[in-house]
Amino acid sequence: MTERGYTSWGRFPQINQLGRSFAWRSDELPVTSEDTDSLLPYGNGRSYGDVCLNRGGIVLSTRGLNRFINFDPEAGILRCEAGVLLAEILQLIVPAGWFLAVSPGTRYATVGGALANDVHGKNHHQAGAFGCHVIAFELLRSDGSRNLCSREENKELFGATIGGLGLTGLITWVELQLRPVNGSMLKEETLKFANVDEFFHLSEASDQDFEYTVAWVDCASKGDSLGRGLFARANHVPSETVQAKVDLEPRISVPFQLPCSLINGFTLKMFNAWWYRRQRERRKTRKVHFQPFFYPLDSIGNWNLMYGPKGLLQYQCVLPGEDGREVLRQMLAIIAQSGNGSFLAVLKIFGERLSPGLLSFPRPGVTLALDFPNSPDVFRLLDRLDDMTREVGGAVYPAKDARMSADSFHSYFPAYEKFSEYVDPDFSSSFWRRVSGDEL
Amino acid sequence: MSDVLIIGASSAIAQSVARIYAQEGGRLFLVARDAARLDAIADDLRVRGALQVDTLAADLLEHDRHPEIIEAALDAMPELDIALIAHGVLPNQEACQISVESSLESMDANFISVVSLLTPLANRLEARGGGTIAVISSVAGDRGRQSNYVYGAAKSGLDAFLQGLRNRLSKVGVNVLTIKPGFVATPMTAHIEGRGGLLWASPETIAEGIAKAIDKEKDVAYLPGFWSLIMLIIRNIPERIFKKLSL
Repeated sequence: MTERGYTSWGRFPQINQLGRSFAWRSDELPVTSEDTDSLLPYGNGRSYGDVCLNRGGIVLSTRGLNRFINFDPEAGILRCEAGVLLAEILQLIVPAGWFLAVSPGTRYATVGGALANDVHGKNHHQAGAFGCHVIAFELLRSDGSRNLCSREENKELFGATIGGLGLTGLITWVELQLRPVNGSMLKEETLKFANVDEFFHLSEASDQDFEYTVAWVDCASKGDSLGRGLFARANHVPSETVQAKVDLEPRISVPFQLPCSLINGFTLKMFNAWWYRRQRERRKTRKVHFQPFFYPLDSIGNWNLMYGPKGLLQYQCVLPGEDGREVLRQMLAIIAQSGNGSFLAVLKIFGERLSPGLLSFPRPGVTLALDFPNSPDVFRLLDRLDDMTREVGGAVYPAKDARMSADSFHSYFPAYEKFSEYVDPDFSSSFWRRVSGDEL
Repeated sequence: MSDVLIIGASSAIAQSVARIYAQEGGRLFLVARDAARLDAIADDLRVRGALQVDTLAADLLEHDRHPEIIEAALDAMPELDIALIAHGVLPNQEACQISVESSLESMDANFISVVSLLTPLANRLEARGGGTIAVISSVAGDRGRQSNYVYGAAKSGLDAFLQGLRNRLSKVGVNVLTIKPGFVATPMTAHIEGRGGLLWASPETIAEGIAKAIDKEKDVAYLPGFWSLIMLIIRNIPERIFKKLSL
């Protein structure tokens, strides 16, 4: 885990900022100056766009804040510093019979980053978002105050900081409630679906009995096979031996940035068609270790370098209600038509459980996530998808965004005005200046 | 499972080494200047599986306290297996050229204070026999370069001291390990431009190398290993050519 400068995972935008290490929770925050007038915590750089970037300011690297503080193996409560990676947590807790209550699609995010982006996982329909399982944390603000935040204490700061994109201060430590498991294995069923309706049908039939559900969708197919894909559903199952080994670094990596993107209209179509046909059976069942199940992309280190020097743009929206389903169909058609799109487009139904986070992204509805190689066309396409999302009262995920407009943000997150009261006066980010209208 | 004394325990490399022995269920005695930092490290090591963690806050530039530190560690762990000396500073070369005081301070932190600690430690282990003394030096000690020769000179002096100590203690089965890391991405090097390139290693990688070198009772360990080749070349460039280079 050598540091490669402070970029976001999408490697767009590339900006100048000053990196400083913040490695001790007993330390004070650095003072800002006229030249570098704002601070922003930076975890492991796994958010895609510019929520972890601070053009012209200071980013405080928290990877040195990677110490455990307390682990209660009876109650499944873990307290650790904010820069600890989820992978490091899993290495500790799985042998003790516990698992993360909510895990995103990468284990290389820090716990502080997971909290600040209020990440979600394949069990959102049952467990809600990451913030639902945060018991408490400490927030260090630029006035020097150390605020213990929980559902009882400093409730407002608690809600503003969960999903607060690092803007309310620096999270020094986090206390999490874990969920019990008996071993490291899951039983996974993969079912083919031929179109969007079948996806919705499968989701409804599965969300009660399966803790984890997610679908891969072929975003290059059109016409009758629009929205075909593979639906995965799984539960933890007891295993006699615990394969607790968690890879703290990927076994293979893309060694350097490729000169141009490997992802183009042709490879996209080929891959998507092959991936769909690869599974011959309509239903396949396997026992699988949690690592490939939760973190398939983590097995290839620096996979983002495949997108070439211009980087990639991620897009994830949530579309509520019946209208959302129709809008999803339209979006898939537009994306397929555009010839842009990704190897891994993902569909999932979010549940009703709301996070305490003021700016939390997940809300009831269907969510679509996919990535695009950076190009001017893609910006136009995403603006169009934004219009559609706004019309249906949905939202776009800030953790994956590098370009949404201030208007869109305000429409997606009506609590933003209340949130802005809790933003630390010395903290800011490239994302925040854009969506709060401070930077044109 | 080992009993390990770590002096300069709050350095990034030292913390990573401590974690390796904590995970094996070892006992640790940690010395560093800042008590709050020591507490944070001790909590972490306990969660990771350490059987026992003791801490002692001390400014290592106060040489008078060194015998007391060594006594306290050996009282807590009479069966001490490993002593790692990891403290040091990377001085600003230009500041050292202007100020004698800066140069001497850096000499103290990187060399004199280490000698002052090693003397009582070596005597105790010599009397007892067995164990490993591991000291973090640097590839910078292999040849003086214009960009950091004050640091390099301290490490070079340290290398010679350790060679002699190794020679002496090998008779009683005490292994002396000189650790020579190359570029390591730590807070000590956070300001260096070009950090993060191919030659840079993480503290975790260096720590694994240290634990392995201790295990194998090596004398000198370049970490990562390719630095032995790089330094072999650098050491062998004739001085009349070397002096003209901008290294």
